[in-house]
Order: sequence, then C-alpha cells, then structure tokens
Amino acid sequence: MGLFPILLIGLPVLAAVLIPLIRQDRTRDLMVYGCAGGVMILTLVFLFVWLQGGADAWYLYADTELANHGMLALEVCLMCLILFLSFRYRRLFPAILSIAQTALLFYTESAVHMPAAEHMMADRLAMLMCVIIAFVGGFICIYAVGYMKGYHAHHKEFADRRGFFFSMLFLFLAAMFGLVLSLNLIWMYFFWEVTSVISFLLIGYTRTDEAVHNSFRALWMNLLGGLGFAVGIAVLAFTRGSVQMTDAIESGSVLVLACLALAGLTKSAQLPFSSWLLGAMVAPTPSSALLHSATMVKAGVYLLLRLAPALSGNMAGMMVSLIGGLTFIAASAMAIAQNDGKLVLAFSTVSNLGLIVACAGIGAEETVWGAVFLMIFHSVSKSMLFQAVGATENCLGSRDIEDMHGLLLRLPKLTYIMGIGIAGMYLAPFGMLISKWVALRAFVDSGNVVLVLFLAYGSATTMLYWTKWLAKLISQHHARDRVTDVTRKDEYLSMFLHAGSMLLLCLLFPALAIFIVNPIVREVFGYANTVLSMSVLTTMTIMLVSVLIVPATMFFVTRAAHRDLVPIYMSGVNEGDNRYFVNSMGEPEHLYLSNWYLRFEFGRRHLMRPSVILSASILIVSLCLIIGGAV
Amino acid sequence: MGKMSRSPWLLHYDASSCNGCDIEVLDCLTPKYDIERFGIINTGDPFQADILLITGGVNSQTEPVVKQLYSQMPSPKVVVAVGICACTGGVFKECYNIRGGIDTVIPVDVYVPGCAARPESIIDGVVKAVQILDQKRAAQNQEA
Amino acid sequence: MTRILLILGYLVLAPAAGALLDGADRVISARMQRRKGPSLLQPFYDLQKLFAKQMIAVNNVQMLLNLSYLVFLAIAGAMLFAGQDILMCMFILSTADMFLIMAASSDSSPYASLGAGREMLQMMAYEPLTLIIAVGFYLTTGSSHVSDIVHASSSAVWLMPGMFLGFIFTAAVKFRKSPFDLSTSHHAHQEMVKGLTTEMSGPTLAIMNIAEYYEMILILGIFGLFIVNENWWSWPLAVLVCLVIFFLEVLWDNASARVKWDLLLKGCWTVTLLAGGLNLLILMLVR
Repeated sequence: MGLFPILLIGLPVLAAVLIPLIRQDRTRDLMVYGCAGGVMILTLVFLFVWLQGGADAWYLYADTELANHGMLALEVCLMCLILFLSFRYRRLFPAILSIAQTALLFYTESAVHMPAAEHMMADRLAMLMCVIIAFVGGFICIYAVGYMKGYHAHHKEFADRRGFFFSMLFLFLAAMFGLVLSLNLIWMYFFWEVTSVISFLLIGYTRTDEAVHNSFRALWMNLLGGLGFAVGIAVLAFTRGSVQMTDAIESGSVLVLACLALAGLTKSAQLPFSSWLLGAMVAPTPSSALLHSATMVKAGVYLLLRLAPALSGNMAGMMVSLIGGLTFIAASAMAIAQNDGKLVLAFSTVSNLGLIVACAGIGAEETVWGAVFLMIFHSVSKSMLFQAVGATENCLGSRDIEDMHGLLLRLPKLTYIMGIGIAGMYLAPFGMLISKWVALRAFVDSGNVVLVLFLAYGSATTMLYWTKWLAKLISQHHARDRVTDVTRKDEYLSMFLHAGSMLLLCLLFPALAIFIVNPIVREVFGYANTVLSMSVLTTMTIMLVSVLIVPATMFFVTRAAHRDLVPIYMSGVNEGDNRYFVNSMGEPEHLYLSNWYLRFEFGRRHLMRPSVILSASILIVSLCLIIGGAV
Repeated sequence: MGKMSRSPWLLHYDASSCNGCDIEVLDCLTPKYDIERFGIINTGDPFQADILLITGGVNSQTEPVVKQLYSQMPSPKVVVAVGICACTGGVFKECYNIRGGIDTVIPVDVYVPGCAARPESIIDGVVKAVQILDQKRAAQNQEA
Repeated sequence: MTRILLILGYLVLAPAAGALLDGADRVISARMQRRKGPSLLQPFYDLQKLFAKQMIAVNNVQMLLNLSYLVFLAIAGAMLFAGQDILMCMFILSTADMFLIMAASSDSSPYASLGAGREMLQMMAYEPLTLIIAVGFYLTTGSSHVSDIVHASSSAVWLMPGMFLGFIFTAAVKFRKSPFDLSTSHHAHQEMVKGLTTEMSGPTLAIMNIAEYYEMILILGIFGLFIVNENWWSWPLAVLVCLVIFFLEVLWDNASARVKWDLLLKGCWTVTLLAGGLNLLILMLVR
C-alpha cells in the first residue's frame, strides 16, 4: 500500500519527462490522453484500496534517508534554476529569497536531529484533494490538448512550446499529489517550491515582456511565502525537534502557525499578495484553470485548513480570518469593474479563496465544514468557467464580456456550460451559497461582527458581477457576424464532464455532506456535531430540484402558448431587425448595449491600493505582535 | 363596462404637433381633470398601451414611427387622433412634407378636433375610444 | 396542517392583498396630490385587462423567465409563511430577482437593459441589510427559523430597532417607491420608458405584477416578524405596523424625487452600516 503515493507522483513525473521528447503532435496528444487517464485510474484504485482498508489515515514512509537527500539535491537544483533565470532577466529579489530559504533549510536539517517519523499521510482531506487534483487536473490536461492547438492557431506570434507546456502540467500534478500527501513539513515545503516554480514558468510561457514581468512577480511573492514556510519549519525544528505537521498543530506555537499561515496566504493569493494571481492571467487558459484557480491556489487553503484547529482563537487565526474576509470583499468589489472574462474569474477566485481562508482562520468546526464545501464546489465550477472562457476566446477572438453579448444564440453549448458554472458560483441553492450560509452562521457564532459585515456586503458585490455577466450571455441578440464553434471534442469532453459533475454535486448535496465532508471535519477536529440538520439538507435538495424543475416546466408551459413576435422598443425608430435604429441624422446606427462597470467606484485603481495597504498593515502588525509575544 | 374599458392605458405620440395639443393632453393628468380616476395611465410604452393617442399630422419622418408604434401594441387597440392636424393635417395639410391626417397611415377610431383640442374633448374622445375597445374585444372573442 | 394552510393562504391571498394595497396606494397618492384617483379595485381591473390582451413578445424566453420569477417569489414567500429558515428565504428572494433581471436582459433592448442594470444595482444596495436582519433574528431569538421567531417571548424589534429603521429605508427599493424606483416606475413618462418592464406586455406584464404583489407581502411579512411574539395581540399589532410602514413608504414616495444610482447605493449601504451594523455589533456584545 505504500506503493500508491510513489506511483501517483511517479506516473506524472514520467509523463513530464517523456512528453517533451515526442516531436510528433499526434503521438504527443495520445500520450497526454493516456497519462491523464492513467492518473485518474490510479487515483481511483488508490481511493478504492484506501476505502477497503477502512478509510483510516495511512501513515507511510518512516525511513527515507535516501529520498531526503535526493530532495535536498533537487532543492538546490531549483535554487540554481531560479538564480539562473533571475540573473538572466536581472531580478535580484527572487534570487535573495531563494538563497535565504534554501540556506535556512539546509542549516535546520544539519543542526537538528529529527526523530524518525512518517513522512506521508493519506487521510480523508488528503484523499479528497487527490481526487480533485486527479480529476479536475486530468480533465484540464485533456482540455489543454485541444485548446493549445487553437491557441497557437490563433496566436502565431508566440513560439510553440507545447511539449514544455504539457510537461509542466504533469510535473505540477505530481507536485500537488506530493504536497497534499506530505505529513513531513520539509517534504511539503519541497513540493510547495516546485509548484511555485512551475507556476512561474507557465506564467512566462509566451515570453512577452508582460508575461516575464508578471511571472517574476508571482515568483517573488510565492518565494516570500516559501521563506515564511522555511522559517516556520526552522522554528518548529529548533523548539520541538520535529518537523511533522501534527506537531505544528499540537505545539500551538503562534509563531510557527503565523509563519506557515503566511505561506498559505501568499499561495492562495490573499491580499496584499493578490496581484500575482491577477498577473498570472497572461498564461494560456489551461494553466490558469489548473494552477491559478482549481488546484495550486488550493494548496495554500489546504495548508490553512490543516492548521485550522490550532488557529482557533489566537492571534494567528485572527490575522488569517481578517485578511481572508478583507480579501473576500475587496476582490469581489474590484471584480465589478472588470470586463475581461478571465480577470473577473481571477478576482472571483481571489475573493472565494478569501472566504475559505476566513473560514479556516476562525477554525471552528462549522467554518471548516463550510470551507471544505467551498473548496470542492469552487474547484469544479471555476475550472469549468475558465475552460469555457478559454474556448470562447478561441472562437470569438476575444474574452471581453462585452463581446459575449447574445452568446447564447452564437455559441449555445459553451454558453450553457458557462451558465451552469456561474449559477453554481452564486445562485441559491447551489453549493457556494450553502457554504456561504454556513460560514455566515459560523461567523455569528464565533462573535466576529467584522466578518459578518464583510460577508453581507461581499455577497452583494459578488451577486452583481455574476448577474451582469449572466445577463450579457442570455440576451437574445442576433449578431451580425456569424461565429463558428471551433471548440474541439476533447475540450467539450472535459467541459461537459465538469458541468455534469457540478450538477451531480449539487443534487447529491446531502450525501456529500454526510459521507465526505462530515467525516473530514471529524478527522480534523476529532469530533463533529452535525453542522446542518437533516431537515435543512432535505429542504435544500427540494429547493434545488425546484430550481432545476421550475424553469424547465415553464419552458414547456410557455412553449404551448401562442405569441406574436414584434420588434423591441427603440422609440419607434427600430430599423426592423433589432440591430439598427435610425439616428438623428436619419441614418441607421448599430445598437450597442454595455454592462455597468462602475469604474470610478469599484475600479482597481481606486480600491487596490487602499486594500493592499490595509491588509499589509494587518499582516505586519499582527506578525509584529506575534513575534514580540514569542520573544 | 367590459374588461378593457376599466383600465385603458395610453400611449401618447407627437407626430408633428406644434405642442399645443400635447400640453392639453398632459393637462388631463393634472388634479383638475385627473384621468386616472377612469383607470387611465399614461404609459409611454406601446407594449403596455391600449390607446394610441396621436397629436399632429404625419410627415415623412414620423410615418414609419407611427406604423411601428402601432405594430408594437397588443390588440385590441384603438387610435385617437387629437387636434385638427391629427384629424386632417390642419393648416399644414398642403405642406411639402406632410402626408395628412393620421388616418393616411394607420386606421383611426376616434377623431378629436380642435386647435388646440380642449382637455374636456380629449377626455370625451378617450372615453369613446374605450367603448370601441370593448367592442373590439367582443368581436375578437367571437372570432376566436 | 396549519403549515399547509398557511402556505396555501399565502399563495392564494397574497396577490389579492398585494393588489388591494396597490389600489390603496394609488388612491392615497391621488389624495395626496388633491386628485380623486382610481377605484380601490383598479389593480384587479388592470390585471383582468392584461390577461385579456393579445400575447406579443420580442423573444421566446421572456415569458419563461418571468414565470420563473413568479414561482420563485411564491416559493420564497411560502417558505417565510411556513416558518422555514429566514436566511434561506432571503437567498431564494435574490434568486427570484435574478430571474426578473434575466427576463429584462433577454430582450436585448436599450430601455430594458438599462432597467436590468439598475435593478442589479438596487439588489446590491439592499441585499447586505437583508442578510444582517436574518443574522439579527438569529441572535435575538436563537434561531433563524421563522416558526421559532414568532414564538419569542418579546418582540424582536426591541433588540433590533436599528435594523427595523434601516429596513424601512431600504424597503423603498423593494416596494419600487421613489426615491429608489430606478429600474421601473408606475409614474408617467420617464427617461427610460418603463425600465425593465418595457418589453413586457399583456399577460407577461400581469405575471410580473402578480409577482410584485407576492414580493410586497413577503417584505411586509418580514416587517411583521419584527413585531410578533408569543402573545396573540402581537399579530394584529404586526398587521397594523405593516400598514403604517406601507403608508410611510407611500408618503415618502410622494414627497421625494428619485435619486441617481450612486446616491441610492451609498445611501443604502451607509444606512445598512450605521443602523444595521451598529445594531448587530451591540447584539453581539450583549449576547
């Protein structure tokens, strides 16, 4: 049984090594399909065996002298890579950070003698993450095959480095598996750094000035978090003589927790570090979907969730929850002013992660319950939305939401997928909203009035930017130019499966709560009361069914009714086809309907700086207090 | 009183009026005349109107607009021509750009003469139009 | 059994009560303007006429979305009157509103889109307070279920007066009363014709109106929740308070001009923060 994690990490690594060697497009595509399928099947088998074993936590690999040395060697390689690239592009900061943390870790490992302990653990939370990574990640890889063809057909100006791209995607999957399964913090730190570097390399995929600039910003911010991670490990090692995750939680040392939380905050792009995720949108869409929304940013959240029981009621938890809450409201407000589809998704990702982080920071069982739910729903629906926007961009040549006016009539399939994703993100009673409800109650119970207010205002702003996007899609406008749907089959396969699982997740909500989320909470806390009573769960299901059934029935009801179609009202000067009206010069003028963006109220220019300053001061002040308290 | 006549909603359109009649139409809304006591609402939206109230004669610019507004009203619907220009073209009848009264473009049910038409006569015309509305509704029902 | 009766009662009586209130509103408004005004039953006549009109539409989905709006509002109201969770009821309410916005946006017409955009802003303006009120009920009575709230030993309004006053302020948005009737209005000509109802005609408009009546009763029901407690006399008192509040909204409607969207947003959010937020803070501190 100790074989599974090795296989799970080994298979994607093997794929990552082999794929760039294949020059032929066709073979490489088949290889990607095969490897993605292999990862999924392997995960299923792993899950099955683990469930057969009673679904208890497995503790693996107590004696790993060789692997430790190998990891240290690889870490040096990573540092050299960062140094080389920093030197090449003349960036000083990432180099310093990288040297500092690697040196610190080397020193810690040589100075402190750790007792033998297991290095990996497969428990419920880790298995949940594995399933998310394998399936969301695997399907994104499959999607990427079709997408990258379209992408390079569309963007002739960028060098075609697809082999490298897929290699990085698989390497990333391997690193993520390693990360979520690690119990030993040094191992986790290693995989953590690998994901940071891969994210950096993928953001710089196009090698434009903007991409390089953004990739270095992502790098230094993640390295800063990595430094926090390294400091946390060092402090834990010197004080407790151990680098196990469980010891970090048991020790309850606020300093260790705050350092690790800092790492979690940077990775999940919380304010003041949100700008790296927004910049990361220059990368091709599959990497945005996989790294910057569905999985990698969840690593930060995963770490915080692991720490959640220890965060409850101390300064570190306070810091995390305040920053999370602030990020939730600030990012959702800024999303209002964006018209670039991917940027809206990025802001919404940051905002939702903020909510999850705030839940983790409170550290009560209800909040963790809500956070796990948010994580599941967010991974699936956001990855689906990213894919749909990416495919739309390949068809329309633009990802501007303004250009998606009347998309329902132009690209119906993609629009339905996008619609399911958007509805899942905010409508009652889909998943996100249930979690928001639980979070609200938990915030109230923990007596945190600021977070309640953040949530109340934040859900209003969230509602606005999703509704106006959905309204744009649903407009019954027959555009002048016809669009051909160039989305490939493998892209649709991935998107349909995502959409299907999204609907299933919503329908099977009570089962999800009972069989997956409740046990996870019980495992994290050692006990669990039922967060939502059964009656509430059934009410939710009934409502959910009504949400699906009502419009469907109405569809049939209204189809039977006879109606006469007339042109829309344009003060009587409609040219007849609802596209043109007669202007004051007596000439036809094209109708153009724009959304509201409220740039002067909610623009990034106005809100970003104050929120960064505010969050940075929260961070600095609480870190100072924690360090002062520890000394 | 039939179904229609208890809540006739107006759409007021100025085809080429000198604004004399328009002011009188608006007069009807004021406390003195208060047409809302008949359930009449001045909607300004053809989709929700039952009575199209037009002032001024039709010229070449307003002709398509009048036709379009009329087509966007759900039946049963009636048209009231308010003021002598709307009835026949009035003093502008011989102008190069004037087509004539409203009935040169769409069927008119009630003619309210005057220059400008007095609020009392406008109200009288609307009340007559309401009865025609009921008759049209009845005729529609018989057809169906 | 009583629960089913309550639901049925709401579903059947709410549109009638809403229409009556609307009629009263029109009569009172007329009297305030020294006019005679229409009959009290005018909204019923209007509905009757609208259903008798020809069915015209600009597309095939508007009716569907409008009907969904109606059904969701009915569900939200039925949940409130059946004693379900108030927070969930609020969430369904915003889902219903979302369908109205979609109905208007589906027209792809200038005036309806403008109205839909403003409706979204209105939602954003009033929504924080509705959530805070739900939290307030949870804090004062220890449960967010309406069936528990109505059995509290004393009226919730004593502990949450700020939220009560704030809700009177933001309810003007929901009642579509001036100064906050940005997205549509019952008054004569305005800059955006009929806002989001511009392309709704005949039966479609009638459905929209019935839905509005459901919503009106739902909002008044939430006002009533502030008042009712375990004593029987609190129920007539709650009805009385609802009527007074409705009168105040009508008075305000007639006494003020409509504001621009930014004043609406800032006004509602500030009132929410000052009245609702402070009230919430105090509730959490005394708990």
